[in-house]
Amino acid sequence: MRQRSLIAITAALAAGTLTLTACGSRDSGGDKGSNSGSGGTTVTIGIDAPLTGDLSALGLGIKNSVDLAVKTANKQNIVKGVTFKISAKDDQAQPSSGQQNATAFVGDTSVLGVVGPLNSSVAQSMQKVFDDNKLVEVSPANTSPDLTQGTDWQKTKARPYKSYFRTATTDAVQGPFAAQYIFNKAKKTKVFVIDDKKTYGAGLAKTFTEEFTKLGGKVVGTEHINPDTKDFSAVATKVKSSGAEVVYYGGEYPQAGPLSKQIKSAGADIPLIGGDGIYDPTFIKLAGSAATGDFATSVGAPVETLASAKEFVANYKAAGYKEDYAAYGGYSYDSAWSIIEAVKKVVDDNGGKLPSDARAKVTAAVQNVSFDGVTGKVSFDQYGDATNKQLTVYSVTGGAWKAVESGTYNGG
Amino acid sequence: MNELPQQLVNGLLLGSMYGLVAIGYTMVYGIVQLINFAHGEIFMTGAFGALTVYVYILPDGTSMWVALPLMLIGAVLVSVAVAVGAERFAYRPLRTAPRLAPLITAIGLSLALQQAVWAWYPQAKSARTFPTIPGGPFNLGNVTIQTGDIFLVVAAPLSMAFLAYFVMRTRTGRGMQATAQDPDTARLMGVNTDRIIVIAFALGAAFAAVGGVAYGLKYGQIDFKMGFLLGLKAFTAAVLGGIGNIYGAMLGGLVLGVAEALSTAYIADIPGMDKFGSQSWADVWAFVLLILVLLFRPQGLLGERVADRA
Repeated sequence: MRQRSLIAITAALAAGTLTLTACGSRDSGGDKGSNSGSGGTTVTIGIDAPLTGDLSALGLGIKNSVDLAVKTANKQNIVKGVTFKISAKDDQAQPSSGQQNATAFVGDTSVLGVVGPLNSSVAQSMQKVFDDNKLVEVSPANTSPDLTQGTDWQKTKARPYKSYFRTATTDAVQGPFAAQYIFNKAKKTKVFVIDDKKTYGAGLAKTFTEEFTKLGGKVVGTEHINPDTKDFSAVATKVKSSGAEVVYYGGEYPQAGPLSKQIKSAGADIPLIGGDGIYDPTFIKLAGSAATGDFATSVGAPVETLASAKEFVANYKAAGYKEDYAAYGGYSYDSAWSIIEAVKKVVDDNGGKLPSDARAKVTAAVQNVSFDGVTGKVSFDQYGDATNKQLTVYSVTGGAWKAVESGTYNGG
Repeated sequence: MNELPQQLVNGLLLGSMYGLVAIGYTMVYGIVQLINFAHGEIFMTGAFGALTVYVYILPDGTSMWVALPLMLIGAVLVSVAVAVGAERFAYRPLRTAPRLAPLITAIGLSLALQQAVWAWYPQAKSARTFPTIPGGPFNLGNVTIQTGDIFLVVAAPLSMAFLAYFVMRTRTGRGMQATAQDPDTARLMGVNTDRIIVIAFALGAAFAAVGGVAYGLKYGQIDFKMGFLLGLKAFTAAVLGGIGNIYGAMLGGLVLGVAEALSTAYIADIPGMDKFGSQSWADVWAFVLLILVLLFRPQGLLGERVADRA
């Protein structure tokens, strides 16, 4: 009897393990499309993003867009003798998983560049691993200023890692941009500021608050929510009794959606505004009709309206990806493309072959790339930040995000 | 505006959901002295069972008043099946094993169930929207109650009353009490203890399923991780109320929910405490309360002082 149950347990465990392994291999795949027909060198572009869990809508958009860039480069034979392929790893939005993925990328010698991650907190854990190995990392989505300008960025800017770049604009620009819109255009003067205490959310809330009070606005209350829960009723009641005219939320859509819904149903009929982390269709799905009138700021001009992006949108649709390109699609494409351009330069300079210290050379070359990408001109300043600092305010009308106005933030 | 009544209602609603789930912890512990850490996942599978009924079985556009009872049945069926299966294949073979073995099994089962839903339930890799009851919120004075919460307001006391009747008045219920007091003697007296244990698991699962449906209606979305934190809170509620005592589980849940709501609302107003008042600190205050209660009443609010059997 005892032995029989032991066998049953072992079988169950084995079945469980097999299942988990199956999931793992399914997610790390996805490079079936790239063909290595030319017989030359294969260069891998790594992708690190949350491919599962709450934030997977954004992560899968990043992965597909990089895949599209790689396929386009192969098709047009941008770098002669080099075939690109992707290797996507799931970081589940966890810094610890991100670091493990970074180590794995470093260990794979065919990887010459990595696109990602989505979360600023994950980037913090990856930067050093990449920098120690001179492997270039280009993030399409990180907005925390200290990733490129050091923790003391408000006083003295100092770039901590030479191998880290990003195509997204930073919270130092995005928070104040939202504050100016709310105060000057939407004419709201009393705000309730909520954040999720993560690197991204707290940073955004801080830069927003500073600009908003400088303009003469009043912060009538602050809250820090626990991102693991879905019950924000106590917070919603506080918002209502504070008399705020608008809520600023520093965080991401899995919490922002229910938060917006619960604030409205508590009886406070005021809009919620957030950063690019809530600019996703899932936000509207989670908040339901309560989302109508809510705002989000996001990096760059709306991809659909840019002439440069028409081709990207058309190609993305033609490629038949199951998921939307989401908020960072264009930036991910440009991130991957900056690595491809850098590889091209390095190969051209070395007489058509990859040099032995390709990683260091590619990193140096990314610093000097300049091309017309999906989101406009792509180039990096001395800190590794995108030189393109355009932002757009979106609002929810009729169940979808609609661009309200684009602009560049100056000063601050 | 005085927000105290609203915050109390917020806390009580959250607390009754904790209570519904806590009943499962406390009944199973009372009878087999097992902390069933997979109970949070039984709650989660119940919510997914209800969603399955609504999305994949009922025709589109079914009125919620028709759908809700059927969803509830679906939820209870799935939860009970998972719980009874877990008892039969994971816990029963280990009943005579040292206490740590079933505990570790429970944790393993909890992870396995989460991953199974993640891997196999359609589109469960991120949150899925749950149908909600149409109709505006209800205002009683300056207290607002959401339509989704009405279910909880009705279901929690009804479930509790049913449980009290079942345990106190029916033969099976008295068999449960007997097994809890002394399993060996109960068996000698002709109580089928295996059956009683299965019923305890099934009943706990049914209440968790009701809680799962309430969660979906309240927040409008469910995900594969929803049982983890809620299970932990419900377990805390069971300990707070006195583990093994079914009224204690409900009371513990209510106290915990109210403590969380009030600490979010008021701790920040105490001078010098503004840093510790936000919702992210609510869990800390809830556990401070737990420690304080256990310091003065180690058996929990309604627990009986029993010789250490665990």
